Amino acid sequence: MSLLSVSHLSVKFRQRHGDDLVALQDVNFSLERGERLAIVGESGAGKSVLGYALVNLLMKPGYIAGGSVQLAGRELTTLSAKQWQGIRGQRIAMIFQDPMVTLNPVLSIGEQMVEAIRSHTRIARRDAKKLAIEKLAHVRISAPAQRFDQYPHELSGGMRQRVIIAIALLLSPDLIIADEPTTALDVTIQAEILGLLKQICEDSGVALILITHDFGVVSRIAERTLVMYAGRIVELGPTLEIINDPQHPYTQGLLNALPQMALPGQRLNQIQGNMPPLNEQPSGCAFHPRCPYAQEKCRQQAPKFIFSGVSSVACYAIEDMLQACAIDEDLD
Amino acid sequence: MNSLHRLPVEVSSARVTRVRHLLIAMRGDKLALFALFMFVFYCLVALLAPLLAPYDVNGTAFMNLENAELAPAWQTGDQRFLLGTDSQGRDLLSVILYGTRLSLTIGVGAVLIQVLLGVGIGLLSGYMGGRLDAFLMRVADIQLSFSTMMVAIVVLAVFQTLFGQAAYQQLAMLMLIIVLGVAEWPIFARTVRACVFAEKEKEYIDAARVLGVSKVRIMLRHLLPNTLSPILVIVTIQIANAIVAEAALSFLGLGMPPNQPSLGALISSGFNYLFAGAWWIAVFPSVTLILMIFVMNLLGDWLRDHLNPQVTRDGR
Repeated sequence: MSLLSVSHLSVKFRQRHGDDLVALQDVNFSLERGERLAIVGESGAGKSVLGYALVNLLMKPGYIAGGSVQLAGRELTTLSAKQWQGIRGQRIAMIFQDPMVTLNPVLSIGEQMVEAIRSHTRIARRDAKKLAIEKLAHVRISAPAQRFDQYPHELSGGMRQRVIIAIALLLSPDLIIADEPTTALDVTIQAEILGLLKQICEDSGVALILITHDFGVVSRIAERTLVMYAGRIVELGPTLEIINDPQHPYTQGLLNALPQMALPGQRLNQIQGNMPPLNEQPSGCAFHPRCPYAQEKCRQQAPKFIFSGVSSVACYAIEDMLQACAIDEDLD
Repeated sequence: MNSLHRLPVEVSSARVTRVRHLLIAMRGDKLALFALFMFVFYCLVALLAPLLAPYDVNGTAFMNLENAELAPAWQTGDQRFLLGTDSQGRDLLSVILYGTRLSLTIGVGAVLIQVLLGVGIGLLSGYMGGRLDAFLMRVADIQLSFSTMMVAIVVLAVFQTLFGQAAYQQLAMLMLIIVLGVAEWPIFARTVRACVFAEKEKEYIDAARVLGVSKVRIMLRHLLPNTLSPILVIVTIQIANAIVAEAALSFLGLGMPPNQPSLGALISSGFNYLFAGAWWIAVFPSVTLILMIFVMNLLGDWLRDHLNPQVTRDGR
């Protein structure tokens, strides 16, 4: 059984007037134990909403409108607030974007760690401290015993993100959701933190969901990649395949927009237009207004998910191509 | 262990906690030092009144009408009563010492109730939000729309007529503490709520929730410490306010009974003799009270300036 399986998950935002806005629509994917999955997309694609939905921490007026999220076979969407407390931190941990604001400024690192441990297990303060220092050492922080008594403002950004990872690891969760964990860090520290995350996942068999908009990050860490657009999954497949042979026009656009894809002095290849706002979703395939391959049927009906031979993808152009190939083969 | 301590300077620099920061800042500020010194002095006087007072206020010999209305020692040359005596023949110095003790007790007690109620309700209201917040804040609005003095006067007057003078005299202090405490909790509640509103949007609260920390623990361990600075400032000002309110009530005859006078009650009783020439009965307690309030307000203002996070972070 897979560790996490999400099926037909949909998230809506309640509105005072008019219909509720659809933020996530029919999201399906699963994650094995110890697997690393990246979720990629532009700002507003619904990546973070998906992350928050998985731990049921959607801010009002957001709510899960349907579908199911199962952790090791246990349905999560119907849990009570009390039951959730046992899941969050203990089974699923989350790492946020900006390490400058994820730690409480008035509590020392140690207090925050001990606090996190003791809100889950009945354990003596001294043992909790020992465990915390152990985890600090695990994320390769120098002089962990000393850091234990320091306050967040005394640490650098990279150091804080390490502390945050250590906190996430405290209760040995099965799954870590990292929401753009390196966006706020400079490039050299980024590489260090990513390396650390990857190694920790390999060492302790923790599964990782990495939310990012940076394909560079994805290629370094994730085994599989999930590309989102306007609250829907458009492509899902092995990272290497997706980067080398992107199927969906949106994925192609994203990869083409990377600076290394343009010659020096050339303008970067951007995808024309913007992601549609939630209240102006186009009919059919949400990407069609920006898509170079858009056809008439794209405007009318959303494409189904199909396996292209490389990745799973929702696009009529791919569908047509596959059909053409099949006909060719029949003719042969 | 020793090798652990050999760290880069940046890391091993001393932990500047809020308290230490305040103490450092205070060192260079003469006015603040004076305020702190006087505040500590008042607290000590209040605590040690039974030891410091030249006479035992509960002793039978304390009230002696033969000694009534004696002027201060430097006028009469009578070394028994340094600050003179009041209309009952009580040594004014002893009575002022005990009065300070009573006034401070009432002030601190009332503010304690304000803090307990206000901070609790403020945290709950701010963190839970929604209907509970709306309800609690309307209650606070209603509470604040009655002036403290009006509530106190009505409650104390009704209590006096209902239970009689004797019962009132026994319970006067408790009643004052409760009335003044309950009447002004919204000041704390509103401040704490505003702080919580600002803090709870920050990611570290999300992070705590993701870690599965319970609501109560988030409120007490994560939010409360972040609201302490404004609470501390208001506490000093509110103690001063409560003491003034008590003095005013006592002056109106609704506060402490004459046999265990607070500073306000002393001023009140001395007021009747002010124009009869016995100025000292009213003036000395007044000076004591005014100085105490002044010092507390100074301290509160200073704290407000120096607990400002911007000032703290710059290390200035």
